[in-house]
Amino acid sequence: MRQVFDVYWFRMVKALRAFSRTLLGSLRDMVPIILVIAFFQLFVLQQPIPDLFNLLSGTLLVVLGLTFFVYGLEMGLFPIGESMAHAFAKKGSVFWLLVFAFCLGFGTTVAEPALIAVAREAGEVAADGGLISASESGIAEYAFGLRMSVALSVGLAIVLGVLRILKGWPIHWFIISGYLLVVLITMVAPKSIIGIAYDSGGVTTSTMTVPLVTALGVGLASSIKGRNPMLDGFGLIMFASLTPIIFVMLYGIVML
Amino acid sequence: MTWLLDFLSVLLLTVRDVLPIAVVIFGFQIFVLRRPIANMRRVLTGFAYVIFGLALFLQGLEQALFPIGRLMAEQLTSIDFVAAGDLLKVVTWGDYYWVYLFAFAIGFSTTIAEPSLLAVALKAREVSGGAISAWGLRLAVALGVAIGISLGAFRIVSGLPLHYFIIVGYIVVVVQTFVTPKIIVPLAYDSGGVTTSTVTVPLVAALGLGLAENVPGRSALLDGFGLIAFASLFPIMAVMLYAQVAEFLVKRKKRQSE
Repeated sequence: MRQVFDVYWFRMVKALRAFSRTLLGSLRDMVPIILVIAFFQLFVLQQPIPDLFNLLSGTLLVVLGLTFFVYGLEMGLFPIGESMAHAFAKKGSVFWLLVFAFCLGFGTTVAEPALIAVAREAGEVAADGGLISASESGIAEYAFGLRMSVALSVGLAIVLGVLRILKGWPIHWFIISGYLLVVLITMVAPKSIIGIAYDSGGVTTSTMTVPLVTALGVGLASSIKGRNPMLDGFGLIMFASLTPIIFVMLYGIVML
Repeated sequence: MTWLLDFLSVLLLTVRDVLPIAVVIFGFQIFVLRRPIANMRRVLTGFAYVIFGLALFLQGLEQALFPIGRLMAEQLTSIDFVAAGDLLKVVTWGDYYWVYLFAFAIGFSTTIAEPSLLAVALKAREVSGGAISAWGLRLAVALGVAIGISLGAFRIVSGLPLHYFIIVGYIVVVVQTFVTPKIIVPLAYDSGGVTTSTVTVPLVAALGLGLAENVPGRSALLDGFGLIAFASLFPIMAVMLYAQVAEFLVKRKKRQSE
């Protein structure tokens, strides 16, 4: 009885210690934002901070949330991403691995709140410019098409990125040809879509997608012989943030 | 009580966002890989922590940082503040210096708090066996975002076309790619995409919109976009530069000790 109790006690103390270390880390991460806001509000704008209570309690929530996030990341998300990468490498089926890569990219992007917001805004821009019908259904249809093309492009991006890891192709040829495509398409794309297209590259990679995709890439690169996790494991996110730029501009050319 | 209801609705939204990911992962695990998940309980607990943490985080941002961030962006970009009450003053791009400084500071500080960057930095430290410190990487990325956003703010104020900046940025990235230590290149590319998510996007978008609405001659719809593009291009350069400087310092040290 005593021994069982000791084991549990020991585990709990260990977990608490790890948790408080993460908590301190998140607290430190929040200090810059608080300083910036306080400095500009008090010295530059010279106004009192409104609603101090909400500000402080909200900051506390952010710190706690960040702590739980990092704690859960190392406990659940990283291990499953990596163990799946190993399992796929062991199974040896390239087909299923690529299907998985596509689903992961498409599935995580299609529901991304930032993307939904940007697509909606883009629809309103297009309607304002008289490029599509200004009716509610016209905007919704345009926004939906935009979202689908971004999700599709992220799915394809992860597939291409995984293929690159499998084959060991050097990454810089991809980024150079990607950049060239972006520049060439910019020349012919309607002006009103360019800003949105460039921004959509940044908003597709969400807080949940990044850890999983990184774990997948690093896991694959470390379980395939002859691949270096540092050289081959990273890069998937770059693919996911470059292809939407191209696809959104193409969508603009076709639709507008 | 309303607080609790707010939190519950945020929690539900987070679960909805995470659901497709969970379906893909568990679906493939069960139907394609056909093997039980190792440490099932641990993984599920980890997922629960991530969802709970993300919901708390979003709720806190919505309650504390976003309102004041938006308010400040509005006030700093308003013509009254920029012209300092002088009604006859002709405002030029140089008068927006507080805006550039604010853009720099907010870009830097929000990137330090960005959870996805933290995730990638932790992974990079693990993979490199500690050679790439998580803090060094995060600082480099945050500096990149800070410079990018203040330059983006300048672009909105000056009204120069976005794609010239982006094209020049692309050329710099490509040139750097060939002179940077190979090992850092993929990580540098990735750090462009991770910087702009939960914290940075809403605050930066508010700044861009405030600028485009308040600067004479700009349209919110045409000039308000583009800051995020800057924020995801400059970290790539910053991380490669960081690697170049680190390599240079190591070489110089070696030369000195010889």
